[in-house]
Amino acid sequence: MGIGLEHFLIVSGLLFALGIFGIITRKNAIMVLMGLELILNSANLNFIAFARYGGLNIEGHIAAIFVIILAAAEVAVALAIVLNIYQNYKHINVDEINKLKE
Amino acid sequence: MKPETLLLLSMIIILMPLLSFTVIIFSQKRLGQAGGVVGSIFQGLTLLLTIVVSFTKLTTYADAGMIQQTIEWFSIGNKSIQLGLGIDNLAAIMLVVVNLISFLVHLFSTVYMHGDKRYPRFFAYLGLFTFSMLGIVLANNFLNMYIFWELVGISSYLLIGFWYEKDSAADANKKAFITNRVGDFGFLIGILILFVNYGTLMFDQVYAQIAAGNIPYGSGAWLSAAGILIFLGAIGKSAQFPLHVWLPDAMEGPTPVSALIHAATMVAAGVYLTARIFPMLTADAMIFVAYVGGITAFLAATIAITQTDFKKVLAYSTVSQLGYMVLAIGVGAYTSGFMHLVTHAWFKACLFLASGSVIHAMHESMHHAHNHDMDPQDIRNMGGLRKTMPLTYTAFLIATLAISGVPLTSGFMSKDGILAGTLAFAELSGHWLLPLAGFGAAGMTAFYMFRLAINAFHGEAKTDIAKHTKENNWRIVGPLLLLATLSISVFYAWNPFNAGDGWFHDRVKAPRTVVPAEFQFDFMMPLEAEHGEAVMAHGEEAHSEHAEVADAHQGEEAHGGHHAATKFEEQMHHAHYPAMIASLLIAGGGILFGFAFYQFKVFNADNLANLIKPAYKLSYNKWYIDEVYQASVIDGTINLGRVLSWFDLKVVDGVVHAAAWIINKASLAVSFFDKYVVDGMVNLSATATGFFGAMFRKVQTGKVQAYLAFTIIAFMIILFIVF
Repeated sequence: MGIGLEHFLIVSGLLFALGIFGIITRKNAIMVLMGLELILNSANLNFIAFARYGGLNIEGHIAAIFVIILAAAEVAVALAIVLNIYQNYKHINVDEINKLKE
Repeated sequence: MKPETLLLLSMIIILMPLLSFTVIIFSQKRLGQAGGVVGSIFQGLTLLLTIVVSFTKLTTYADAGMIQQTIEWFSIGNKSIQLGLGIDNLAAIMLVVVNLISFLVHLFSTVYMHGDKRYPRFFAYLGLFTFSMLGIVLANNFLNMYIFWELVGISSYLLIGFWYEKDSAADANKKAFITNRVGDFGFLIGILILFVNYGTLMFDQVYAQIAAGNIPYGSGAWLSAAGILIFLGAIGKSAQFPLHVWLPDAMEGPTPVSALIHAATMVAAGVYLTARIFPMLTADAMIFVAYVGGITAFLAATIAITQTDFKKVLAYSTVSQLGYMVLAIGVGAYTSGFMHLVTHAWFKACLFLASGSVIHAMHESMHHAHNHDMDPQDIRNMGGLRKTMPLTYTAFLIATLAISGVPLTSGFMSKDGILAGTLAFAELSGHWLLPLAGFGAAGMTAFYMFRLAINAFHGEAKTDIAKHTKENNWRIVGPLLLLATLSISVFYAWNPFNAGDGWFHDRVKAPRTVVPAEFQFDFMMPLEAEHGEAVMAHGEEAHSEHAEVADAHQGEEAHGGHHAATKFEEQMHHAHYPAMIASLLIAGGGILFGFAFYQFKVFNADNLANLIKPAYKLSYNKWYIDEVYQASVIDGTINLGRVLSWFDLKVVDGVVHAAAWIINKASLAVSFFDKYVVDGMVNLSATATGFFGAMFRKVQTGKVQAYLAFTIIAFMIILFIVF
């Protein structure tokens, strides 16, 4: 049997689940961001898979490239936020940052 | 003088005393002792005008019937309420009586009331009274009459209670006012019956409609009822039995007031009213009027015999004489009844003013002797006043002779006419009690008047006070002498034994009855045979011109000379001489007994009184009528009040308290429900909200990861539900 669309989707689903798991369970903000990257990449994988098997063609590739660019921008912003959090709290443990409660 | 001028002058005559009242009442302080002069001047002017008006009416317009003027006051729907002024011969004579006596009383009072602290107010009230009385006299409809009727009631109230510091005066004026109200209530109902049926209250229009056969509710009983109800007003005002009790008490007022109001004028208003409604009195109503008058005349005379207060004797004498007048009108002796009103006004005013003169002199004497404990009005303290007060005595004696019915006096003529009337009536109708009462009262009147005169003026002075009395000045004695002069017969007719020839009987004719024949005595109906055509002609006129009917009859009779208009008048003519002889004998007997008992002491009055003790006590205590009223009406009212108050306290209050208790308990239940059920639910919802709030508060951790976890869980749940 050859490798088909399902395999790609399963891998991307696993990647997405791992990303979610990472985001929810990690205490370190950097690790949370890394979980976020996994999710983005699972989405990228989906785009590419649909471009190859689902008829998205070139649009799928373009969307994937956009996601990569967005991810780079997002990481830049996110890291700046994390840096600011660190300056305020002297740590980046997301468990203890509950200002949203107020 | 034109009729319009006459009416205008009458209007001024009415308004003058009102002006006097207004001027004096608003400047009491400024006027002070000048108030009497002001009042006297106003009244003097009124008197002058009155003489002009009355003389003109009684000469130039003697046959013109009622000269009248009516204006509309207001109208309700299609019924118009009218006010009017009318002057006929009756009113013209009455005007002179009222104004002359009022003037003399004004004059008298300037001395009698001198030094009183409310001196000007007294004259203001006199003005108010005169105004009201003139209003009654000049009324040409029932409404005017009723309005002024009440006004004289209030002036009488004010004057009786003039010395209101005295409890007895304050009680007497309330008694007078309330007793009068009882009668006035009947008067009002009578008026309303007429108004409902005829839509007008003008005398002439009402009578014209009755004459045309239109009687209230088509029934003679209603017509009788209307007459009797209106007559109830006269019972109250003229102090007829059983409402006579107020008049003797009214003597608490100053004596001039007693003379003016409670002897000569106001109490005569009832008789005047009865004379006014004479045409509409049915046979039943006339019997009622006659018996009320007869009973009053007799009853009051029996009481007057034993009274010891100078003014009380005169008061009961007044009641008795008023009874005479009412009796006269009741039996149809209209002219004699009205004549007695006039003659009685002169001599009774004279008697009262003489009593005032005596009381004034006694007061002065007591003042000099520094004695303030004696009763200056008790005849047992007098005696011998003949020597000290000769002028007062002369006047009093003439008036006494007049009221006793001695020939050559006015009283003889009028009383004789009344007795002849009762005799004639008894012969025609069989009511023999009426002449009996009349003659009985006549004898007693002579007796008690001479008892009074002899006790007060003759013999030796019974006290030092009486011995040192002095004659009063001309302003007191002058009115007395003038009034005494007017009690002589020549002023009414040249022939002292036949009043029928005089001007009075010529000017004042009994108006023809308007009652349908089946409700009237046949002997009161006009004798058609003699005047048949004239009556027919006037009858037709009456249909077209209501206003003229009464006038036409009067005019016709005036021309008719000596023809008797009814069978009754014919009979009265026959009864004239028997009545005269009988009345002479009876009056003579009364006077003789008076002298025998009190002057010559042939009999001892005290022994006789002891001999017939029950009768004496009955008379002395005024037949216990006041006690009967006390026991029945007054105690009855008080007891009723007690019962009602008990009912109020126990039953009504009980119900109220029970209701309060029930509401109290009910509110407790409601409050319980409120506290536990309503509040419980409110608190429950609050607690529940709080509980859920607390529960969900925990979800909001502020941790981004937790939110994300929830989001994903929720998302997955939704996915499960959707697929």
